[in-house]
Amino acid sequence: MMHLRMLFITCLLLLPVSSMAADDGYGYPIPGSYEATILGTPASLIPKFPAKMRTRQLVLDVIPDRQIPPVFFYDTGLRCTFAYQEQKAPLVFLIAGAGSSDRAPKLLTMMKAFYQAGFHVITLPSPSLANFIISASQSSVPGDLTEDAADLYRVMETAWKQVESDIEVSSFHLCGYSLGASQAAFVAKLDEERRVFNFHKVLMINPPVSLYNSATRIEELVKQIPGGSKKQGIFFNKMLAKFSQYYRYGNFVAINDDFLYSIYTERLFSREETAGLIGLTFRINLAGMIFSSDVMTNGGYVVPKNRLLSATDSLFDYFLVSTHLSFFDYLNEYFYPYFQKRRPGLTKEALIESESLRSIEGYLKSSAKFGVMTNENDFILTKAELDYLRQVFGERTKIYPRGGHLGNLEYQENLDYMVAFFK
Amino acid sequence: MTVSRYRACRVLVHRIILALVLLLSLAGCAGTRANTPAEVSPMHSISEFRDQRFAEVADPWEGFNRSMYRFNFYFDKYLFLPVVNGYEFVTPTFLQERISGFFNNLGEVRNLTNSLFQLKGTESVTTLGRFVTNSTFGLGGLFDPATSFGLERHDEDFGKTLGYWGADSGPYLVLPILGPSSLRDAGGLAVDSGIRYGIYTAIDPFGNSDDAFAITSGITTLEAIDTRHQQSFRYYESGYPFEYYMVRFFYHEKREIESGKPLPAE
Repeated sequence: MMHLRMLFITCLLLLPVSSMAADDGYGYPIPGSYEATILGTPASLIPKFPAKMRTRQLVLDVIPDRQIPPVFFYDTGLRCTFAYQEQKAPLVFLIAGAGSSDRAPKLLTMMKAFYQAGFHVITLPSPSLANFIISASQSSVPGDLTEDAADLYRVMETAWKQVESDIEVSSFHLCGYSLGASQAAFVAKLDEERRVFNFHKVLMINPPVSLYNSATRIEELVKQIPGGSKKQGIFFNKMLAKFSQYYRYGNFVAINDDFLYSIYTERLFSREETAGLIGLTFRINLAGMIFSSDVMTNGGYVVPKNRLLSATDSLFDYFLVSTHLSFFDYLNEYFYPYFQKRRPGLTKEALIESESLRSIEGYLKSSAKFGVMTNENDFILTKAELDYLRQVFGERTKIYPRGGHLGNLEYQENLDYMVAFFK
Repeated sequence: MTVSRYRACRVLVHRIILALVLLLSLAGCAGTRANTPAEVSPMHSISEFRDQRFAEVADPWEGFNRSMYRFNFYFDKYLFLPVVNGYEFVTPTFLQERISGFFNNLGEVRNLTNSLFQLKGTESVTTLGRFVTNSTFGLGGLFDPATSFGLERHDEDFGKTLGYWGADSGPYLVLPILGPSSLRDAGGLAVDSGIRYGIYTAIDPFGNSDDAFAITSGITTLEAIDTRHQQSFRYYESGYPFEYYMVRFFYHEKREIESGKPLPAE
């Protein structure tokens, strides 16, 4: 999530590119999977884009008459960002990764790349983001690919209705990263029935094959915290102390790029600690999803049932409680019971099975519109899952030798590939 | 005082107390809607928590602070940001950068006084060097040649000076319009503004002009717009329901770390 990333690394300037890149013709410099995931693409390797773009923020009223609880008073609709050309052009919908908003830095970089190449772009927040759960999710219980895709489809239709009269569109495309990539596949499938957009091409970037498997692999990172995930507060405070001591021993001017860069080169955090920090970021992110879903459904999961939170009530205890819940807690205690109630006889195995690309494998194989882009060392995929992607998508699979999970998304070569895919 | 007057007094006091009690209980009734169903304990609560609390900052005035956070959100939304957007729309980017440079250069005075207050020799010389270089070669701060000469900017203020000499940050405080702060930093801000006003009065740059007041207000307004223009932060933009705590934590921690004394090398 953006907050921790903001603290640890925003960007790296003077990265010695040549000394680190393996000799395989691919210039993305960070070899480690975890490091690449945290550091992303060094600022000097992100292409420069023109400063001026014709953009506008869309605030969509997706579900009319929805009651917004007072604690979310600031939420006046689903926020999307719209970048538009003056001439007729193809339009790309971009779906953000888990917990990310329509203005997530990675998403904005992609938007600029597509815009520069002559596309209209609409960026969409992830269905797991609070804003989406509050304003655009029919059930307000995120995580089901089929239902999230239906919600996304409704959002796209609403957005399109709002901009239709202002632009000329030649064709529609769809692209998503991480969780957004799997959702893109399900949205495309729904579009085959609904036919509102007739998506021409669909690109999935760093997708999980199975949500359950990928979440399990991230939860394994949390397990690397000494004392286990229930002691992540102690771990957090220890890492913070380490961070602040390191600053005070060194002769730094401010918490800026140079300082953050030196954290990486001096290897301040061990491999286990880096893993723990990624896992913790995931948990902090998940907490926002759990809390907002619980408030919206009055589910009595972390907030007392029937409690009406006001705009100024303290939420800190909810923050502490929610951050200590795992993906498995959410699945077993909240998500599965919710679906079981609505579809009696549904087993947990069947539910898990449906949250996977395998459940729509036949469609994915039969359609030529899909492409996949991912990395050899993306830790959310096993070797077998990587082979599965190769097998399903054949030569429409592009696998880079490194980049971790989304680390190389903003790298020039990757952006070029994305744009070329839709050309 | 006669006995009867004493009694009358006592009756009056009793009546006032009774009236207050009635009033308060009525207010209580108004707060809870008659048809609200009873609360039920959640599946997970803080009572099962067996870990250190984390990302926590002393915030005894949280109710007030959250109200202020909300006020700033609305102030931004309906006044400040529309003005800033208008400014960005009509002003060429080149000019925007020169204006930012000008005000950032004026800020070097605050950086200098405070690095002197902290007896930081090298840093004071660097900051003075920056100010002189950018005021002359940089045409009054419009350009920043000092950075390319290797003179790095050191942001200092009186809040940091207090922190450097060991003053605790005190409770977290969200200031109207200005945003996240602390009791110490708010005091520091007052001192910095006082010093600035003192210098301004002593120099009196527009003393000869009849329109001194109008010019000063214009410059102050432009500075406020430029300051907001330079900040990318937007209230509630993250969409994260615990954003208030994230902002609080990062503000506090950044100030703590940057205002602390360097530790001796091991």
